[in-house]
Amino acid sequence: MIEARFNGRLGAFRLDAAFTAPAQGITGLFGPSGCGKTTLLRCLAGLTRMRGALRVGEAVWQDERVFLAPHRRRSAYVFQDADLFLHLNVRGNLEFGLRRAGTPIAVAFDEVIALLNLGPLLTRSTAKLSGGERQRVAIGRALLSQPRLLLLDEPLAGLDATAKAEILPYLERLHVAVAIPVIYVSHDLAEIARLADHLIVMKAGSVVASGACGGGAPSGAATDEVQTLLAVQTSDVTTGLALAALMAGLSPVGAPPVRPSTRPQARPAQDDVKG
Amino acid sequence: MSDLAEVVLLTLKLAGLTTILLLILATPLAWWLARSKSWWSEVVAAVTALPIVLPPTVLGFYLLIALGPQSPLMRLLAPFGVRTLTFTFTGLVIGSVIYSLPFAVQPIRNAFAAIGDRPLEAAATLRASPLDAFFSVALPLARPGLLTAAILVFAHTIGEFGVVLMIGGGIPGQTKVVSIEIYQLVEALDWGKAHLLAAGLVAFAFVVMLFTLLMERRFWRMKP
Repeated sequence: MIEARFNGRLGAFRLDAAFTAPAQGITGLFGPSGCGKTTLLRCLAGLTRMRGALRVGEAVWQDERVFLAPHRRRSAYVFQDADLFLHLNVRGNLEFGLRRAGTPIAVAFDEVIALLNLGPLLTRSTAKLSGGERQRVAIGRALLSQPRLLLLDEPLAGLDATAKAEILPYLERLHVAVAIPVIYVSHDLAEIARLADHLIVMKAGSVVASGACGGGAPSGAATDEVQTLLAVQTSDVTTGLALAALMAGLSPVGAPPVRPSTRPQARPAQDDVKG
Repeated sequence: MSDLAEVVLLTLKLAGLTTILLLILATPLAWWLARSKSWWSEVVAAVTALPIVLPPTVLGFYLLIALGPQSPLMRLLAPFGVRTLTFTFTGLVIGSVIYSLPFAVQPIRNAFAAIGDRPLEAAATLRASPLDAFFSVALPLARPGLLTAAILVFAHTIGEFGVVLMIGGGIPGQTKVVSIEIYQLVEALDWGKAHLLAAGLVAFAFVVMLFTLLMERRFWRMKP
């Protein structure tokens, strides 16, 4: 179980968010731009310091008295623009965290190379990678640091449609192959629908809904529901968020639980959504 | 001819030593200046930049006092058998380090600032302690700045005249460097040797500048 609670301000922005997420699978952190998703993620990594508490499994990373510095937390963070080390080649980047992980290696180098198909890139300079390749290396680098919690901050946001389609299958595989809980920030509902098992919805610095998707989230980008949602979301954020919560089968805070009959059709097997 | 060689060797020794010392001293200072958010770090930055603006004679004058036998600093060193550092090679090294300090601090500080927070945050999330991240991420990324600093300091020390004249004089093998020698040769109307040294410095300056520009070009081409 991951239990988190943070509150504080950054300039005019106020974060007051609490959630619990399962210690496995992908938890989507969804909300409109500027709602504090990235700030919350940075608090989880210890990169931004706010008052609060954070437990990951048995380990206390932060509470009233404890604040573990980022390098003492076993969290790995994938930034939106990858931020690979320019002075190291692909192999150097991948080994950076691995060499500092110390503890028995749960995620092996060769495993990650195979999982993300990084073999052909190993000796390349980081300057000579495409956007999609950069993100794959960044995800591999994060996995190899043997994290207890993997934080992905909109890893697809800076990519074009082709690169997105190239990376999504890898993220789906991640799901199956690695037993590390992932928190996946995105403002793209189609992405979340495709990847997440659990959903946290944020608005204006607070968590407004959370719950399991349980495979019930709509799949593929073509579903009517998603299109309706995306259309509504741009014009009216609140309605969009409520809809998102309903579609995923959650109970929005302060609203009666959703009856099973109003849920969308359960997602079939994963195979037919491969991009 | 051998006295000219001695002068050139002494100059190179002074410049090399100053460069090494300044890289060691200026790097942590530049790191602090680049990372600090407090306003008074700019006060420190202004003090380190003073030698750019001050005439070398002003700097030399205060150094002459600070390194002379009457100064409190020298009295502190008296138990170690040091009475004065004026007109010694050590004094010249101290003077050169202070004189060239801004030429080391500025490029290194700019290089550190250009790195930004992100690579360091990435290093921290990959379990590198702040000290580890400094050596494994910040220093390698600031390499072009360190190189520029080394070249500038070396060249600037070779070209130094005023400070050396004030605190070093022209003792052969101790404090007589190329720029001083040229001055004395001209005063002694020995134009032939003066020509040799002067032309040598022009060639040196040209090679240094060309090398710097080529390095910069290579670096910018490496960037994505």
